[in-house]
Amino acid sequence: MLELRTRDLVSRALLIKIQRTKTEEREKKMTLGLINANPVVQAKKEGLLRVVSEESVTVDDKLDRILITFTPTIQHCSMANIIGLCLRAKLKECLQLHYKVDIRVSPGSHADEVSVNKQLNDKERVVAALENPNLRQLVDECIYSDEI
Amino acid sequence: MKVMDKNLGLEEVQKLEGHTDRVWNVAWNPAADGVIASCSADKTVRIWEQSSLTRSWTCKLGHRLGSFDGNTCVWENFATDSESVSVLRGHESEVKSVSWNASGSLLATCGRDKSVWIWEIQPEEDDEFDTIAVLTGHSEDVKMVLWHPTMDVLFSCSYDNTIKIWCSEDEDGDYNCVQTLSELNNGHSSTVWSISFNAAGDKMVTCSDDLAVKIWKTDISRMQSGEGYVPWTHVCTLSGFHDRTIYSVHWSRDGVIASGAGDDTIQLFVDSDSDSVDGPSYKLLVKKEKAHEMDVNSVQWAPDKESRLLASASDDKMVKIWKLASEP
Repeated sequence: MLELRTRDLVSRALLIKIQRTKTEEREKKMTLGLINANPVVQAKKEGLLRVVSEESVTVDDKLDRILITFTPTIQHCSMANIIGLCLRAKLKECLQLHYKVDIRVSPGSHADEVSVNKQLNDKERVVAALENPNLRQLVDECIYSDEI
Repeated sequence: MKVMDKNLGLEEVQKLEGHTDRVWNVAWNPAADGVIASCSADKTVRIWEQSSLTRSWTCKLGHRLGSFDGNTCVWENFATDSESVSVLRGHESEVKSVSWNASGSLLATCGRDKSVWIWEIQPEEDDEFDTIAVLTGHSEDVKMVLWHPTMDVLFSCSYDNTIKIWCSEDEDGDYNCVQTLSELNNGHSSTVWSISFNAAGDKMVTCSDDLAVKIWKTDISRMQSGEGYVPWTHVCTLSGFHDRTIYSVHWSRDGVIASGAGDDTIQLFVDSDSDSVDGPSYKLLVKKEKAHEMDVNSVQWAPDKESRLLASASDDKMVKIWKLASEP
């Protein structure tokens, strides 16, 4: 039961913008240890980035670990790092839980999978990236966007 | 008390509260007893002093710093009101680590710009620092630099999974990379976060995101006899102990290796003293589960031989002081 609650909390945190019907559909699809949260990461309307990604969230309540995998839409998507940063920034803000969070691109979904995964899970790199004003602005635009 | 005594444990002596964000690093003052400095993502450095009366630590000083601004500041007189004496500019992005050589004449810095800088203090010029080397060679962020305890040989470890060794072999005094320890010579398979030497300087311990702690050795007497550079070789790998990135290792003067990791534990290892065909081996002495509520970023033994005090810093904003002692 605790595991379901945690997953729920995490997926809610990642629901940056969500469409009602899709959520309900997803909730019905909860299988062993997986949720398809399907948050929609969006920025401003046109001109900037418009990325839709599907996540899966795995929670291990015994070890207090969370694994989030996401699938960038294109193999060479340069936004993979930004998406990952957005996930980290959003989680940091919404969840006060002392969970260890690993974020990875889903296996086989990106050409630079190893390199992207390594960057997203090096906390010094993540902090440095989020202190970069340009990156911070981009991330904020993604996660605080109120527009559909 | 022999190190190999059974029933040794890590006892929490005190929790130092004050930082308002994760604490990245902690260091003991080598000259002043019981003085610790800690630095944090809250952009301050705090100095904690142990009262000779109560034996407990309090925060004596806090300094605001620019973080991730690429500058290194040298401070004087920590005990009283300290003043920034020099600002060393040069790195293009944040400076991750600084190290003084044994004589205090050279300072090494490294950063996310993949370079290692060596600065020499100019006493005749009002203690100004001159850049004597900018060493490129690492292909990614350099996480830590450390001078050898007795020789002017510099070690650096990086996000590129290697450890590089730099020294000046020719008369020009130019520093060059004389050895790279990579996966090819039994090195780490992911980011190397930290390096530490034993008291004699003939062994080195490193730790990594690959969840392993590795021990290395060299023939120090050959090197000190002026034979030129003597390569370091792998002795053994300790794996299966930590299950998250190991951020810090530190070798005490009496031979105990402490490690701190993202699994919130602090673990201690010692030479297992058993003669095996394969050479020296190491074993786990103590495993302190939940040493902190979150990742342990740094572990440092107090510089003296008797106290057996260990300081640790964590993402949980705490600095903790521990004592290695026999459990009742």
